[in-house]
Amino acid sequence: MIYLHKITKSYEAGGHSLQVLKDVNLEIEKGELVSIMGSSGSGKSTMLNILGILDKYDSGTYSLNNTLIKNLSERKAAYYRNQFIGFVFQSFNLLSFKNAMENVALPLYYQKVGRKKRNMKALEYLDMVGLKDWAHHMPSEMSGGQKQRVAIARSLISDPKVILADEPTGALDSKTTMEVMDIFKEVNRKGITVVIVTHENEISELTDRMIFLKDGRIIQKAMANAS
Amino acid sequence: MFDRDKWVEIFDTIKKNKLRTFLTMFGVFWGIFMLMILMGSGNGLENGVHEEFGGWATNSGFIWRGRTTMPYNGLQPGRYVEFRNEDRDLLLNTVGELEYLVPRNSRQLPGNNVVRADRSGAFRIYGDYPEIRHIQVVRIVQGRHLNKLDIKHRRKNAVIGDYVRRVLFRDDEDPVGEYIIANGVYFQVVGVFRSPRKGDQAERDEQSIYTPFTTFQQAFSYGSHVGWFAFTAKPGKSVAAAEQKIRKVLMDKHNIHPRDINALGSNNVQEDWDRINRLFNGIDIFTWIVGVGTLLAGVIGVSNIMLITVKERTKEIGIRKSLGATPFSIIGLVIQESVFITLAAGYFGLLSGVLLLSGISYGLEAFEIETGMFSRPEVNLRTACMSLLVLVVCGALAGLFPASKAARINPVEALHAE
Repeated sequence: MIYLHKITKSYEAGGHSLQVLKDVNLEIEKGELVSIMGSSGSGKSTMLNILGILDKYDSGTYSLNNTLIKNLSERKAAYYRNQFIGFVFQSFNLLSFKNAMENVALPLYYQKVGRKKRNMKALEYLDMVGLKDWAHHMPSEMSGGQKQRVAIARSLISDPKVILADEPTGALDSKTTMEVMDIFKEVNRKGITVVIVTHENEISELTDRMIFLKDGRIIQKAMANAS
Repeated sequence: MFDRDKWVEIFDTIKKNKLRTFLTMFGVFWGIFMLMILMGSGNGLENGVHEEFGGWATNSGFIWRGRTTMPYNGLQPGRYVEFRNEDRDLLLNTVGELEYLVPRNSRQLPGNNVVRADRSGAFRIYGDYPEIRHIQVVRIVQGRHLNKLDIKHRRKNAVIGDYVRRVLFRDDEDPVGEYIIANGVYFQVVGVFRSPRKGDQAERDEQSIYTPFTTFQQAFSYGSHVGWFAFTAKPGKSVAAAEQKIRKVLMDKHNIHPRDINALGSNNVQEDWDRINRLFNGIDIFTWIVGVGTLLAGVIGVSNIMLITVKERTKEIGIRKSLGATPFSIIGLVIQESVFITLAAGYFGLLSGVLLLSGISYGLEAFEIETGMFSRPEVNLRTACMSLLVLVVCGALAGLFPASKAARINPVEALHAE
């Protein structure tokens, strides 16, 4: 599903370049639940941005769902993001002036799905994360856990190949963290590849495979205990 | 364009920033409003001045008699020039530029020279050819104007001004067919006219009585005497050239020294007309510069506000991009909002401007307010439509820069923005 070969990425900062990713090789199979671990500055955010086609890489090869992701135009990148990837962020990133249902339906808007159909599907996905009754509430009226569940519903609605979650539980208490992780596992059981970036061991231990990044390199691949 | 979600979003943004959007819109509103008022006033002034010409055909001119100041062909200076009926035929045969040429006479005896039963008034009486209607345009409100048969049969017919009618007739009387005594001669009223001018000038115009030229000459013992000539040039021909030719022909005919310019008086309306039109062209250009300048300031305001909006919505745009928004859809969003703000504000400005102008116009008309050189302030439909089109283009241009900025937003940075 995800195939990274000799990916390098560096940023220009203050006159000298800073190499963030150094020859990263990684393969993630379809249907895996993987966590990417690393301290801050390890390059895990950059890696997630590259996986999510939000950022470009300098050299190497990245293919996603057997599609080479390289030197894409903005339009093409937007298309693949929409088709292949569902994002879940630490800070939820819901649009504050849209209610839960409209937020969930947004990716379908960019697929040119009609309004009615969009909202109907959004209600289905909200039901799946247990928030059907909250469909018409604004994000500001919801708790963090609820917001993250809305965000997950949004990431799922476009039937993506991969869910990329960036510290999805970073802003949640331990009870809601477990709820959210349960949803991820549930999603994963349906065959969707899930990649979670985190620095919390409790989270990564719930995944099938942990990938450790340090100073821009993958240092160790460990199989977690099957959950 | 007709995507409901985009509109919902535009209204959401506007609702969130009511004051800011309002102030921006006011800039554009004021720009177009001022443009409309300026243009309307300019047109009002133009209409007013044009009405001063009072229905005189703008391609018309006049030749009148003076006194010679130079000796010529053995004749002494100080001689009065005399125009005769045969001058008319001579001029019509020799001056090709002429469209109409009418000899005229007028007479007003002192005191109340026009009488009907127990009513009387002091009015000027003209002897005229029917063609005068093409040179001094009047509105016939009852009966008819003079015609060829009046001239041919020297009928004692008269066309009277509305003021004359009011003095000589009761309001419930039909003047047509009635007789009046003008300068001691009976005339039958065949028509009543009104002047196209307004107020005092119209009143003055309507204190006149037109009689057939031939009748006038006979009734008042003028022989073949002609007071002066009024003429118009053929379309496309220069009135000034016609005027000069007429002068030359008449000077030859009447033994006037070619350089004795005071022996004949003449002028033509076209020169005044052209001069005034040049002035108004200047005013028009000035109006556009001021109006467009004001509008430009408003549009720059819109552009500025859109930049701020884009900046404030950086994170939102980042989120949208991560969900698959193409750069084009982001550009569309910003430009559509910009065009909407500009167009809505501009339309209100246009509407208010036009409403105010029609209000003033209606008020002037309804209460017959004497405004001198100002009449019917108005903006024509073509200009209004043009302005709206310009607004759409301006709105799009105002949105272009902020939109391209929005499209270039890097989602990685945007998602971390606050």
